[in-house]
Amino acid sequence: MSLILTELQQNIINAYQKGFPLVARPYQVLAEQFNSSEAQVLAAIRQLDEAGALSRVGAVFNHKKAGASTLAALAVPAAELDRVAEIVNQFDEVNHNYEREHSYNLWFVVTAYDENALAQVLTKISELTGLPVLKLPMEAAYHIDLAFSINFATPSFSTSTAHAQISQGH
Amino acid sequence: MCNYTCPPKAKLTELERQYVLLTQSGLPIVAQPYHFIAERLHISVADVLAMTKDLKARGVIRRIAAVPNHYKLGYRYNGMTVWDVQDEHVQAFGQAVGRLPFVSHCYLRPRHLPRWNYNLFAMVHGKTAEQVQQYRIQIKDLLENVLQLRNDDIDQARSYQSNDILISTEILKKTGLRLKR
Repeated sequence: MSLILTELQQNIINAYQKGFPLVARPYQVLAEQFNSSEAQVLAAIRQLDEAGALSRVGAVFNHKKAGASTLAALAVPAAELDRVAEIVNQFDEVNHNYEREHSYNLWFVVTAYDENALAQVLTKISELTGLPVLKLPMEAAYHIDLAFSINFATPSFSTSTAHAQISQGH
Repeated sequence: MCNYTCPPKAKLTELERQYVLLTQSGLPIVAQPYHFIAERLHISVADVLAMTKDLKARGVIRRIAAVPNHYKLGYRYNGMTVWDVQDEHVQAFGQAVGRLPFVSHCYLRPRHLPRWNYNLFAMVHGKTAEQVQQYRIQIKDLLENVLQLRNDDIDQARSYQSNDILISTEILKKTGLRLKR
């Protein structure tokens, strides 16, 4: 299912992936920028949220500084993938879990209160699955914004075109 | 007016921990979102804003933002591209890759030889599988001259590659940060 977004909604998404103004009434500031009203901006964002177009509005935490975190991977025999994924997903500390096409086919992020708690969860996952866990904690981030411009045009097979459209989003 | 002072260490204070617990799944979409936090934490709105500003300055909060659901917006294909970049070049080239408009995350991570030889991770998002492969080629062009050649230590059991792409086939779980109390 595809969503039809208003120009205001597209502007909000592209401008505010990188950050809302840190003031008591942030939507007032956005409204001024887009020649809109606070009520209109709020309504546009609520609608996006209800349509599932937003994961959330709020703080994006650095998992490493708010707690301890690592990316981890398992090489799971195909026949056991469902069983192993279920074991991994049952942990509250696991907040992303993706199946990927590779011998390491299960990739997940584990976040815990501190390094000790993190190590315990990884050990437990290894014990329950019977598989060694590949631990890949972040050592440096080269793109701290974690935002990229959404290209609202239809999919393009021409990379140069797609690239230009995405760049214009800034 | 503002009673909030910056703690000397990066470690979170009890009040900050409560703030994280309260806001990790998002802020309410209302005109004055920080009033909600102020009420719950029994502090003033000015204190909430000061604390948020300080957490940002210390890097605990990356940003306050609308986080899009890429999948719902048509970006059905995400590829985790992984690269074996020479250590002495990884910082400069990591930054260059991170600046590419289609890269959402770019991280340095440890190698685990012989199981895993890739140290640079760049996540790309596309609306088609072809687009994602094109992005991989663009990154490869950028990194061509700094990719590791491991001719010396190729053993019989394993041949190293200088890069790979891991396409996600299924999202099995996705939630925000969930720190326990």
